[in-house]
Amino acid sequence: MAGALLEIDGITKRFGGFLALDRVSIHVQAGERLGLIGPNGSGKTTLINCVSGALPTDGGRILFEGRDITRLPAHQRTRRGIVRSFQIPKPFTSMTVLENLGIPLEYAAHTRAHGAAAGALDILKMIGLDAKAHLRPAGLTQIEMRKLELARAMAARPKLLISDEAMAGLSSAEVDDILAILFRLNEQGITIIMIEHIMRAVMRFSERVVVLDAGNRIAEGTPAEIVRNPAVEKAYLGE
Amino acid sequence: MKIRGALAVGVAVIGLAVLLAGVRVNPYVYFAGYVVLQYVVIATAWNILGGYAGYVNFGTPAFFALGAYTAIFLLEAFKAPLPVLILGGGLVSALLGLGIGYLTLRLKGVFFSIATFALSVVLQTLIINWEFVGGAKGYTLIRPPAPFFGSWAVLLFTLMVGLAVVTVLAARTIERSWIGRGLAALRDNEEAAECMGVPTLRLKLFATTLSGFFLGVAGAPFPYYVTYVEPASAFDLNYAVNALAMPMIGGTTTWLGPVIGAVLLGTAQQVATVTISSELNLLIVGVVLVLFVVLAPEGLTGLVRRLRGR
Repeated sequence: MAGALLEIDGITKRFGGFLALDRVSIHVQAGERLGLIGPNGSGKTTLINCVSGALPTDGGRILFEGRDITRLPAHQRTRRGIVRSFQIPKPFTSMTVLENLGIPLEYAAHTRAHGAAAGALDILKMIGLDAKAHLRPAGLTQIEMRKLELARAMAARPKLLISDEAMAGLSSAEVDDILAILFRLNEQGITIIMIEHIMRAVMRFSERVVVLDAGNRIAEGTPAEIVRNPAVEKAYLGE
Repeated sequence: MKIRGALAVGVAVIGLAVLLAGVRVNPYVYFAGYVVLQYVVIATAWNILGGYAGYVNFGTPAFFALGAYTAIFLLEAFKAPLPVLILGGGLVSALLGLGIGYLTLRLKGVFFSIATFALSVVLQTLIINWEFVGGAKGYTLIRPPAPFFGSWAVLLFTLMVGLAVVTVLAARTIERSWIGRGLAALRDNEEAAECMGVPTLRLKLFATTLSGFFLGVAGAPFPYYVTYVEPASAFDLNYAVNALAMPMIGGTTTWLGPVIGAVLLGTAQQVATVTISSELNLLIVGVVLVLFVVLAPEGLTGLVRRLRGR
């Protein structure tokens, strides 16, 4: 597929004798909303770690905007526009919410220090965290922590946002809250890969869904197609 | 306070020191003051890595002694003047710092600390077996008459005031720059910092190198101060303990913390040495450190911030 924003070509990752990813290929178009699902241990997070640069790959290559980024360190991938949020929020605990956003604004988006505060406040308003701007992360609730994680990712001015289980453990209303935010980001032109176990959310959000199982890509299609796919059913429920 | 204001304060402190050098109080005051100021440099330098970046270095004696022994080498080989010794000692220790910076690629937390401690032991063994710088029997320096102030104690005291001012200004500048903010991010969460665009390896190398440089600078005038240097005194465990305890007591997140900690603890140790016994030093550090870890884990500056309700 020509002109894809992100091209993952035959990525392989081994942990000792365990093959976590076996020549996985996924292409993501600019502006797309892609869902990535699979049972626990299927390699979703490993794949994300390889794309974001947290883990080196053992084979294959990754292209972003047509350029090979397979060997780039994580912080340079972030600067090019690949930004991830973490499954378990990892805030900068000694800083206020506002200062948390200042780091990516300064380091990834290259905003001058004095412009960073205004930019950060805009993002917090959009996410709905502006009232907590001057609190430390320790004073936030679980949903606010997830929002901070997304807000901080936004501050890096991503072209591609990888949301790693941003909704796990949230209530139904809170899931809708986060979904609304992700839809709004996508409308602004940000490509989004969503990794999620909450099927209701993935199926509503994604235009296309890729299914991983035991390090292999076993299915791909629209949410409606995936739901009817016998291979997917087998992966989740067994024979 | 902007950079220029801080610079003015620094110059004022040095001016005051020169004035004090002219006053000529009891020579012991200069002698003891030198040690306290030396600890201001050491604590501030240690804090650039330990406080700002969160990597606890137990190898302070290695860096301090490397500064001192580089100075001895330069004296023996080239009869180099004092400013060259300080710069040379700093640069060689900076190289060692760069080396332990690469250790952070593989070693985090307590494992990094153990490695730096081991480094100190290894380096001491090497120095003991190096005859050129005195080996195990030590090195004796016969000082020429002091070129300024008519006394080495006064001259070295004034010099240490200058070095302390430079070190503290450097630490303060880093703390308030983009580098300081990046270091704080990687201290809080290294993985998240890297993913937010912070070049963590480069910043860590910068911190270890600069911290090493100033620790070496603190050690370089040591041969002139004591005139007899032997491995056991240059690699004294006191440096490792104090370098860690002083910032902990003052507060590790700001430049002021190590300064307060070094002045308080350093002075208490000097007073105890004269009035009670020199063996009591470590006991004081131990007791105070335990108290602070339990009662004020963020140090004095953190305690003040908390009392002010922030």
